[in-house]
Amino acid sequence: MRRVYLDNAATTPLLPEVREAMLPYLGEAFGNPSSLHDWGEPAREAMETARAQVAQLIGANAEEIIFTGSGTESNNFAIKGLALAQQSKGKHVVVSAIEHFSVLHSARTLEKWGFELTLVPVDKYGVVDPEEVRKSLREDTVLVSVMHANGEVGTIEPIKEIAQITRENNVAFHTDAVATAGTIPVDVDELGVDALSLAGNQFYGPKGVGALWVRKGVRIKPFLDGGVQEGGRRAGTENVPAIAGLGKAAELAKASMTSRTKHLTQLRDRLLTGLPGEIGHVVVTGHPQNRLPGHASFCVEFIEGESMLMLLDSQGVAVSSGSACTSRALKASHVLIAMGLSHAVAQGSILFTLGLDNTPEDMDYVLEVLPPIVDRLRQMSPLYSEFIKSKGGK
Amino acid sequence: MPIYSEKVMEHFMNPRNVGEIENPDGVGQEGNPICGDMMAFYIKVKDNRLDDIKFKTFGCGAAIAVSSMVSEMAKGKTLEEAMKITPRSVADELEGLPQNKFHCSNLGAQALHKAIQDYLSKKKKVEGGK
Repeated sequence: MRRVYLDNAATTPLLPEVREAMLPYLGEAFGNPSSLHDWGEPAREAMETARAQVAQLIGANAEEIIFTGSGTESNNFAIKGLALAQQSKGKHVVVSAIEHFSVLHSARTLEKWGFELTLVPVDKYGVVDPEEVRKSLREDTVLVSVMHANGEVGTIEPIKEIAQITRENNVAFHTDAVATAGTIPVDVDELGVDALSLAGNQFYGPKGVGALWVRKGVRIKPFLDGGVQEGGRRAGTENVPAIAGLGKAAELAKASMTSRTKHLTQLRDRLLTGLPGEIGHVVVTGHPQNRLPGHASFCVEFIEGESMLMLLDSQGVAVSSGSACTSRALKASHVLIAMGLSHAVAQGSILFTLGLDNTPEDMDYVLEVLPPIVDRLRQMSPLYSEFIKSKGGK
Repeated sequence: MPIYSEKVMEHFMNPRNVGEIENPDGVGQEGNPICGDMMAFYIKVKDNRLDDIKFKTFGCGAAIAVSSMVSEMAKGKTLEEAMKITPRSVADELEGLPQNKFHCSNLGAQALHKAIQDYLSKKKKVEGGK
C-alpha cells in the first residue's frame, strides 16, 4: 500500500543532512558549551554556527537569537517575558483570536497575573484586520501578538501593516512565525516586528528545539533562571545536537526556499482545486490565495474529521483534523469558530500539510481514496440524511 | 491507531446495522454537533423483542464503534434486557474506550433507550385509544 505523509504541520521529517550535522554532538563532541576546557570548545562553536544560520534565515543579528526547547516555549517566553518586562508602563495585551494555544493560554495566564487581554477578531478567511488592532490599542497596551500564518487554515497575516500601527503607538509587537520561518521568506526588519518565534521541526530540523528572536533594545524578562546560558535569559545546559540541527535546517531552508515553495504550491493547488469537485459540499478553510505553500485545509460537510482521519490512515494517508473529537479537550477548533463556521461544519475539518517528499501521484492517490471514504461516512450520517430529506430526496 | 482497542477498530472499520428502518416502531436520537457526536437509533419490535435495529451516527471513531456495538448487543434482546445495557457494559464489550471518549458510549445507550421509550409511549397511546 502507498504511504503518504500529509501532516507536516505536526512535524516534518528530519533531512539526512540535518541528522549528519547533529551526529558529532551525540558522539565525541559531547562537551558542555559553558565549559572552559577543550571539550567545551566544539560545542560552543556549534552553538554559534547555528545562531548565525538561524539569524540569516530571518534577517536578524546572531546575538539577538535565543535558543529554546520548542515553538511553544518561544511563545510562552515572548508573551510572558515581554509583558512582564514592561508592566510598569501598562498591563494590557492584545492577541488575535486564532493564535496557537501557546500564545492564547500564555495571555490567559497574564490575565490571572493582573493583565487585561483583548482578543482581535478575524474575518471568514482568518485574516486579522490591522484596523481592528489599532482600535484595540489603549494607553496602557504594552504588547501585541499576531501570528505570521495560521497552521490550521494556512492564512498569512498582514504583519507588516500591523507593525506600522504598533510602531506608531510605541507598543512591542511579537509574531509567532512557527508556521512560516523556514517555509516562506521571513525578514524581521521587513516585517517590522520586535520579537519572533520559530521551531525546528517545522522545516526539516529536529523536534524539541526552537528559537526566539528579540530585537536588540527590547526588554524581556528571563524565562528560566539559574544560569548564564543564552545571555542569562534562558538558563540550562543547551541541547547542542538539536541546536546544531536547527542551524543546518535553517541554512538548507534558506538556500532552497524558492524551489521548495514551487513544488509545494503545485501539489497544494492540485488538492485545493481537485477535492471540492470530487466530493461536493466542501468548504476550503483559510484564505484562497494568501496561504502557506504546502497547506490545503477543508471542512467536509455532514461528517466528522476524526473518522475521516482514521479511514485515511487505513489507506496509508496521514492527515490531521481540527474537529472536537480529535482534540483531547473535545472542543471544536477555536480557529474555525473564530472564522464564523458552525460547530457542525467545523467538525468536518481536515488538514493536508504537504512536504518535500510528496509527489503529484500522492495527490492523485488522495483524490482517489478520499471520495469513497466521505461517501461511506455520509451514508452513515444522520446529518446527511436530514440534508437529503430537506432537499426532497430519498 | 493504538488509542483505540482492536475491538473498537474492528467495529469502526466494519460497523454492523448501519442505516434506517422504514416505518420504525421507535426512534431515539441523542447528542448534537456542538458536543461532537450525534446518534439516531431505529427499532422494530416483535413479541417484546428488538426484532431489528439500525443506526446512523455523526461522530468520531469511538462514536461509530459504540453505535455498532450497542446495535449488536441489543438485537434480539427483550426490551427489559435492552434497557439494562449501560455505557459501562458497552465500553467493556469494546475492550475499553479512551477516558476522554467515554461520553460517546453514554450517548449510544441513551439513544437506544430513547428509541425503546418512544416505542413504549406510542404503544401506550394506541392501547389507551382502544
